[in-house]
Amino acid sequence: MAHTYTPGLRVTGHARVRKERRLPIAGTVLVQQGARVQAEDIVARAELPGTVAMVNVMNLLSIAANETPNYMLKREGDHVTANEVIAETRPFFKMFRSVAHAPLDGTIETISDVTGQVIVRAAPQPVDLRAYIDGVVVEVREHEGVVIETTAAFVQGILGIGGEVCGEIAVACARDVVIARESLTRDMAGKIVVAGAFVSSDVFARATELGIAALICGGFNDIDLRALLGRDLGVAITGHEDIKPILIITEGFGHIPMAKATHELLAAHAGQRASASGATQIRAGVLRPEIIIPADRAATAPAHSGGGEAGQAGLQVGACVRIIREPRFGALGKVKNLPTGLATVESETKVRVVEITCDDGATIIVPRSNVEAIES
Amino acid sequence: MAVQQLNVIVATDCGSTTTKAILIEKTPAGYRQTFRGEAPTTVEVPFEDVTRGVLNAMAELEELSGRKILDGEKIITPAKGNVGVDIYISTSSAGGGLQMTVAGVVASMTGESAQRAALGAGAIVMDVLVSGDRRQPHEKIERIRTLRPDMVLLSGGTDGGTIEHVVALAELIAAARPRTRLGATFKLPIVYAGNKAARPQVQKALGDSIELHITDNLRPTLQVENLAPARNEIHELFLKHVMMQAPGYKKLMSWVGAPIMPTPAAVGNMIQTAARQRNLNIVGVDIGGATTDVFSDFLVQETGLEAGKGARVFNRTVSANFGMSYSISNVLAEAGLENIMRWVPFAIDETDLRNRIKNKMIRPTTVPQLLEDLKIEQAIAREALRLSFIQHKALAVSLKGVRRARGFGESLDQAVSGQTVIDMPRLDLLIGSGGVLSHAPRRSQAMLMMIDAFEPQGITRLAVDSIFMMPHLGVLAQINEAAATEVFEHDCLIELGTCISPLNKAKPGAVCFDYTLTVDGVARTGSLKDHEMKLELLPVGTTATIKLQPHRSVDMGAGRGKSVEATVHGGVVGIVLDGRGRPLAIPEQNRQQFLTAWVQALDVYPGVPQAAR
Repeated sequence: MAHTYTPGLRVTGHARVRKERRLPIAGTVLVQQGARVQAEDIVARAELPGTVAMVNVMNLLSIAANETPNYMLKREGDHVTANEVIAETRPFFKMFRSVAHAPLDGTIETISDVTGQVIVRAAPQPVDLRAYIDGVVVEVREHEGVVIETTAAFVQGILGIGGEVCGEIAVACARDVVIARESLTRDMAGKIVVAGAFVSSDVFARATELGIAALICGGFNDIDLRALLGRDLGVAITGHEDIKPILIITEGFGHIPMAKATHELLAAHAGQRASASGATQIRAGVLRPEIIIPADRAATAPAHSGGGEAGQAGLQVGACVRIIREPRFGALGKVKNLPTGLATVESETKVRVVEITCDDGATIIVPRSNVEAIES
Repeated sequence: MAVQQLNVIVATDCGSTTTKAILIEKTPAGYRQTFRGEAPTTVEVPFEDVTRGVLNAMAELEELSGRKILDGEKIITPAKGNVGVDIYISTSSAGGGLQMTVAGVVASMTGESAQRAALGAGAIVMDVLVSGDRRQPHEKIERIRTLRPDMVLLSGGTDGGTIEHVVALAELIAAARPRTRLGATFKLPIVYAGNKAARPQVQKALGDSIELHITDNLRPTLQVENLAPARNEIHELFLKHVMMQAPGYKKLMSWVGAPIMPTPAAVGNMIQTAARQRNLNIVGVDIGGATTDVFSDFLVQETGLEAGKGARVFNRTVSANFGMSYSISNVLAEAGLENIMRWVPFAIDETDLRNRIKNKMIRPTTVPQLLEDLKIEQAIAREALRLSFIQHKALAVSLKGVRRARGFGESLDQAVSGQTVIDMPRLDLLIGSGGVLSHAPRRSQAMLMMIDAFEPQGITRLAVDSIFMMPHLGVLAQINEAAATEVFEHDCLIELGTCISPLNKAKPGAVCFDYTLTVDGVARTGSLKDHEMKLELLPVGTTATIKLQPHRSVDMGAGRGKSVEATVHGGVVGIVLDGRGRPLAIPEQNRQQFLTAWVQALDVYPGVPQAAR
């Protein structure tokens, strides 16, 4: 195979990002087209009808069904609170009094003199739709949602776990460092923390304790991921996990230094607010986890361009590459030569290869499909 | 186009991970496959266009063959001298695996039945929506939207039972207006297999934005479960719609000179043709990056007919989430680490192994550079093949489409009803295809992987697709069957040899069988012990007579202790004598020593000296 494969992760200082935000059921859009919104703003709201509870007043008071309205203390439309008495008998001796209580907070919807039943409906449950990113509402879809657009620095990871968060970016360590538990500090609560080459389960637990919103790291162990999810991640479809913090892996599994371009871009925005999502689907129609840093908060962002673009040109002598399979998984180097013929590697596989001068000076031969082009 | 004008044919197979292009040319000796190129399939960003991978694969083909095929992004037709081709044809499975959402009214009844139908069709069930589950409607809608299922199976209500609840589920799905992962123009297929009285209301509730397919109720009464129609419908829809679809698919359609075929359909054609032309019982497998397809064509003996008479039955199954790249992690999840590790002939740390598997999933086109990595991939391949074959045996029943109702008691467990047509002692030929088998550095690796996964019994021939070209030939057969057959016979099928194994187990440490292999009048004799493997070389195109005298507890196909005499066919590997017994179990104690002895016997890996023979 002459062509190398690059997952096409975007790492860019300037991108136009559009996010469609849809209510799950029809509701009300709360913002106008052209409005500037913050990530936490509620842009649309729907109301779910409250749950219904039946109270058999006839049985509870031992009365006839048609007498029910006479014993009610509340009328249709009245608000009630849970355990509030809604109907009672008034015997001569109070100790023989029978009562019916409201089972929940809500409103008396109907009082039936046919069945002797009273229906109490809970208050409607609001479903709020947040903006997720800072930006401008460029489209309003009546009763359905909005489209929000922003110019932003945009970073994609290779695999993530968990849903959407927003918070300030904090850099905990250098890109090639395996972060220690102590490097996570209390002031990182609620933040999107850039955590170097590798996050262990211990460090992840510490991040949970501290209330960190998101951890961004080069690598993670699958065995820890399994423990975190409680199952093997068979097919890479994620985003709905209820975990804190969310996790975004930028490079792969194991100890792998975060790509320089990714780390530099995130570090350049330290202290600025960003939005992040761990949702991933690795299949045709791929979805990648993302970090979005709106540009108006980050006007000085460096304009990096990530592996996606780098990979499009194919391999050329002098190009910077990263090895993406053993041996020397994660090592960086430059293309020294691109032999045209097939070569036999240790496994006896006959493949087209690339000769690389590694950063440590060693020259090695690697199958072309085992390297990816990266930014210098 | 007239058949005689096809002198130069370029064919591609767009797999989930790799796009393979081959050149077929008419030579004085007939049609031959001459060159091959490949490139990563480009369904991901930054390209998101399957035709980019096709162009890259063709560019490699140009480079290797010296033939100019492309003029920019246009395929040059017809062929003139060393420029252009007469036709371009293609198969596709670029859409990859099948992930479904299923819905039912009652979790323990229609919900579970729907789940079983989807799993039986090889799908991953991402979520089960049930009328009475604790989630609010908006939560379910949100879930459908974010999961982007490839297909939804909607069931609910026995025939004549509830309508209201199943219609409510249909309304929920309609309200979600789910978008598929394969682009805006692709309508989400929904298979409705619920109360037949609710069909009009369900159809109305779902509207036009969804592609509705109605099949028989999978739970017509509480006591009867009827999964086959829904399962078959899922299977067909997957083949026709989901699997082939990929970003850029429409553009690809405009390039080809004949309709694009789904890869499993094309490979299935070749297997079926081979079985019928040679009058053999064949099992074939194509293991890809996202899916593993298994095919079988058996002569099914019918009661009352004389031996050798009966009807040929062809079955095809697609295990949509067992594969060697995008689905490799799912093989680990389904098979379990222990089952994979039992094939690895060296110690490896679990953390390291798991990370390697996940890294292959996220970077699917990498190849094993280290021998250790190759062994791990081949261990995983064994499990992907084994699980896919189990699924195939369960689904390969004698009459396609026959309703096999399950009793209430049966429906509570995962047991599959129906008698499989796969009768291993009657299997004549096992054919392997797909990257991990076709491109195994040594053919003995492919042979041992297939023996370990399929556990052939008695005397079984094995062959492998030389460079993975069966899909291409399957689509070529649609326009020129003679050309496809010629290439299949000359360039595609590599005879590996014959596997000889008992149908049961010998006593531990005992002799399994004695044998006399007579080649050109020269006899080679020997014995095979329990859990021993031996290789007898016998070149391709030659046959020999073998006489097997099993130990009195061992059955070689004629009954316990009864001798068997047969003609065996040679191959690039030879005659593999397998004394491990069936079902195959690797001893826990000294596992690595056993594995090492077996790979030594078959000269499977470099650096492991072959046993003297």
